Amino acid sequence: MNTNRRSFIKSSAAAGALGVAVSAGLITPRAVMAAWPKAAFEATDVGAAVKGSFGSDAMTESGDIALKAPEIAENGAVVPITITSKIAGTEAISILIPKNPTPLTATFNMGSGAAGFVSTRVKMSKTSDVLVVVKAGGKLYSSKKEVKVTIGGCGG
Amino acid sequence: MKKFAVIASALCMLAAPLAGIAASPEQDLKDFRKYFTSRFSDVPLQDFTNGVYSIDKASREQWEAFEDFPPYEIYVDKGETLFNTPFANGKTYASCFPKAESGMRQDYPYFDKSRKEVITIELAINECREKNGEKPLKYKTGAVAHLSAYISYKSRGKKGAVNVVDTPESIQWYERGKKHFYAKRGQLNMSCADCHYYNAGNKVRADILSPALGHTSHFPVYRNKWSLASKSGDGMGTLHRRYGGCNKQVRAKPFKAQSAEYRALEYFHTYMSNGLVLNGPGVRK
Amino acid sequence: MAKSIKVRAKVKDGETVVKALISHAMETGVRKDKKTGKKIPAHFIQEVTCNHNGNTVLTADWGTAISKNPYLSFKFSGAKAGDTLKMSWVDNKGESDSVEAKIK
Repeated sequence: MNTNRRSFIKSSAAAGALGVAVSAGLITPRAVMAAWPKAAFEATDVGAAVKGSFGSDAMTESGDIALKAPEIAENGAVVPITITSKIAGTEAISILIPKNPTPLTATFNMGSGAAGFVSTRVKMSKTSDVLVVVKAGGKLYSSKKEVKVTIGGCGG
Repeated sequence: MKKFAVIASALCMLAAPLAGIAASPEQDLKDFRKYFTSRFSDVPLQDFTNGVYSIDKASREQWEAFEDFPPYEIYVDKGETLFNTPFANGKTYASCFPKAESGMRQDYPYFDKSRKEVITIELAINECREKNGEKPLKYKTGAVAHLSAYISYKSRGKKGAVNVVDTPESIQWYERGKKHFYAKRGQLNMSCADCHYYNAGNKVRADILSPALGHTSHFPVYRNKWSLASKSGDGMGTLHRRYGGCNKQVRAKPFKAQSAEYRALEYFHTYMSNGLVLNGPGVRK
Repeated sequence: MAKSIKVRAKVKDGETVVKALISHAMETGVRKDKKTGKKIPAHFIQEVTCNHNGNTVLTADWGTAISKNPYLSFKFSGAKAGDTLKMSWVDNKGESDSVEAKIK
């Protein structure tokens, strides 16, 4: 893994100014970003993963995070997940799968004008909650939904 | 195999699929369609081309999420590049398939009267290659599936129009395919029909069995399962790849891709979906 | 390197919906090669960046649990039809790719 990245503390102001530099071709994306949060991605428990990503694992459950995920995944290797956060000022959305060997799956950081919306496909090793953490206004909010992962019969 | 005299369809109405004398293909098609549209009475005819997703809401939602930007698009692009890349002799696939851009899949597979055999898309692709001094491709995965995906994509919207009733030999091939479909095989002693006809809509472990009506319309197919088995994530596979997999699942020895047996099966199988709008390539679990 | 990113971006009522499909193995590093018995080394996208008019619209940190041939969709405001969107990724091996697409 590339260890030559410079570390920047991520903040919305920094992202804007650095974003200009990126698009001007002055700095490559690798140098701009804070180094890939290795510790958070390699953490085996949810608390450590969230703390590693956001500096704290204090979360409040919120009904303003719509999490769309299937009840029973057709194939645990490709589970479609869609998150819509209605919390004002959503800065980041993180997806964690607690029963995966390493729960942290992805973190999306909203830049200028980006809505609190993201959709992707994830791998789930077994039946687990999908836990979504939203950072807004300096606080952390969460929502979760269980997705069952079965062994297929003949199609699986 | 006995040669069957072709009796005008209006006169021959025998329904037993394993009997030596056949009902006509046209009547088989009507009966086949009627069986499925009655069994799944709230599914519009054209929706059968979506397989399991036409009969199960929960998995349909996931499939629709996939169709938002389906993984097979990557391979349609690759197929398009292959299609337009000249052979060493300067010609391209277009010289063999002039109709590809406007849609040609609806005519496949077809019975070649002079050669007296069924020709499938994949077989035709390799014959085109050999005619132009190129090595043949493997029949189940990779380049042939990508080319086939491109051809299918360009054929979307066309209605399946396989022609069977022309000659005694074509009827023979049709009957051979039909026999395969209904014959029990393997250690599990099951036929294609056991799952996809008699038990369509029922579950086998966690899977719902898809109806055979509309089966072939979306091939080649991107299967998530196959993408996991591929290092690069290439989940594309041809119809004969799936046939082999299904035979193996009932612990029967699979036939070779593009063998006469599978081409006969494809002939029957595709004919049963005539009139349904082609929607390949598809994405499945 | 052939383009690995397919992007579709459509703007309606000021909001642009971006959908992307990336061709990448997203190998976890945990699976074993069936033939050799050896572990297939991890090879996965770690960072995804999306820019519009000099602004970073989205950045994403990914782990190995994002699926093979990953899909991504997000939304942002402030763009109009004809604008250019740039998307790029970097993986754990230091490989990268980027693409520019017109917003429709």
